[in-house]
Amino acid sequence: MTIAALPQEVPRRRRAGQSPTRLTTRDRVVLSVMLGIGVVLSIGLVWVPALMSVLLSFATWNGVGGVAAIHPVGTSNYRQIATDYPPFWPALQHNLIWLAFFLLIATPLGLLFAVLLDKEIRGTRIYQTALFMPVVLSLALTGFIWQLIYSPEQGLINNLFDVHVDWLGNPSINLWAAMVAASWRHVGYIMVIYLAGIKAVDPSLKEAAALDGASEPQIFRHVVFPALRSTNVVVLVITIIEALRAFDLVYVLNHGRNGLELLSVLITENIIGGATRIGFGSAIAVILLVISLGVIIPYLAATFRKDAAR
Amino acid sequence: MSMTLGRRVARGSNAAGVAPSRKKRGVRPARVFLYVFLASVALAWFAPMGWAVYTSLRPYAETARKGYVSWPDTLTFKNYTKAFSEGQFPHYYLNTIIIVVPALLLTLFVSSMAAFVLSRFNFRGNIAILLLLTAGNLLPSQVIVTPLFNIFRVVPLPTAMNESGTLLNSYWAVGLIHVAFQTGFCTFVLANFMRMIPHELTEAALVDGASAWRQYFSVILPLCRPALAALGTLEFTWMYNDFFWGLVLMVSGDKRPITSALDNLKGTFFTDNNLIAAGSVLVAIPTIVVYIVLQKQFVRGLTVGATKG
Repeated sequence: MTIAALPQEVPRRRRAGQSPTRLTTRDRVVLSVMLGIGVVLSIGLVWVPALMSVLLSFATWNGVGGVAAIHPVGTSNYRQIATDYPPFWPALQHNLIWLAFFLLIATPLGLLFAVLLDKEIRGTRIYQTALFMPVVLSLALTGFIWQLIYSPEQGLINNLFDVHVDWLGNPSINLWAAMVAASWRHVGYIMVIYLAGIKAVDPSLKEAAALDGASEPQIFRHVVFPALRSTNVVVLVITIIEALRAFDLVYVLNHGRNGLELLSVLITENIIGGATRIGFGSAIAVILLVISLGVIIPYLAATFRKDAAR
Repeated sequence: MSMTLGRRVARGSNAAGVAPSRKKRGVRPARVFLYVFLASVALAWFAPMGWAVYTSLRPYAETARKGYVSWPDTLTFKNYTKAFSEGQFPHYYLNTIIIVVPALLLTLFVSSMAAFVLSRFNFRGNIAILLLLTAGNLLPSQVIVTPLFNIFRVVPLPTAMNESGTLLNSYWAVGLIHVAFQTGFCTFVLANFMRMIPHELTEAALVDGASAWRQYFSVILPLCRPALAALGTLEFTWMYNDFFWGLVLMVSGDKRPITSALDNLKGTFFTDNNLIAAGSVLVAIPTIVVYIVLQKQFVRGLTVGATKG
């Protein structure tokens, strides 16, 4: 009955004495190809360029002339970034402010809403949809939409409250305006992740605590939150990565100038901007890479060590 | 015995006109506050999108006269028709389909194969490869754009596939980078999913003489349908929403997918906020429709990674 179940399969030729569950050579080849395609794509289009960025950062090149035109210059790109490139330190500062805003305001808001919406309330679906809808929109589109709100002459805020604030043009406030727009999206993202995490907490634990007389905040602090540890890790990583990735929004708002400089924008400008300074842009990219890896590597170490221990 | 007593008591008190002493299910002030708070938050969150829709429905002449924050005399869809034609939306939607649909299918295909090998077979370097793939997805795109741009510029492509003769400025380039980037995430998710499929199923197939490919295609893949649906929904949204790759890898604006084409729209609709609003809504509609129809899949795709372990 078993062999007939796979009518199209040619019976596999096995060498005498080989156990029926060992892989044939043909299998090994197939499996290697199956895995190989993904690995080659990832290495070839992601890791090799990352490595090349590192190498290019120690050289100067304006993009023309092929490989022969690349001049190694040691660490002078880095030195120039640190001392002679006005947008760099503000950009770094802005990235850090963005990160702090996400970590201290946007993400906790997501957690708050997840906790509130986990209760059995009427209309919880509507509230969740409202908060989550911005997540399906691209950040670039978010920029477009918020421009209608922030526009100094015709925007919603200035006309509704009869004020004249240049939300996007004033360098001391436009970063905050951009972060609010980005958080509009980020909060829903985090909320959904925490909702899943909270629902995964064993309800009998919560019931036991309630029976013991614990109040709801107490239950949350001592039972639910500690059980959310793996969710917290994911949320932390997502928050940091999203903060480092911020590009689309500021680029759409004003091409990332005048108070909205970010590392990602500086890199892009050095490639598709006016003057093509590939080595220089690569040096900035490497700085971004190092910061990102500083987050990615501990996260992966923690996740995979847990998986391996299972 | 006690039941009848209870009933008699209740009936007795009802006859006397006293309200039965059930636990009061009235509305507590804390609950009211919660509802008000949540309703305000929901309104605040809908507001930006709502404002864009409202603005898009108003004729330009009227808003020029009365300002944007005003009650409408008329509402019209003319901004949509104008944005649709002047912004060349059919063209950009088509670009998006050409890029996203193949990239999506390829990503799911490649990552399911990779996940199959990584999750069902033990070999040295198994974990390292998974690490490599997952980390690749977490890098900011700007870190690799410069070399990638130059790699694509020199890789030759038959002019039948792209008129510039290289990969640059071609649909293939953007599609390929999407696949490379997203394969990491999808492999990670699918590998976790496949690990939960009992080994007895594949062992039975193996004993029956099934090849590795057969195990993958006929046994494992059909069981992965929920995960594939979830990932498909998520990836469609992410690829559709990509702005950066379409912007950088496609030098000439006319090949760009729709989100990257927003940059073009800005130039075309410079001061006409009503057109910009209409254009924004038009760009947003596909993802919102996908969300509404496939909401469960979307959320599942996002949270599958979060609750692992």
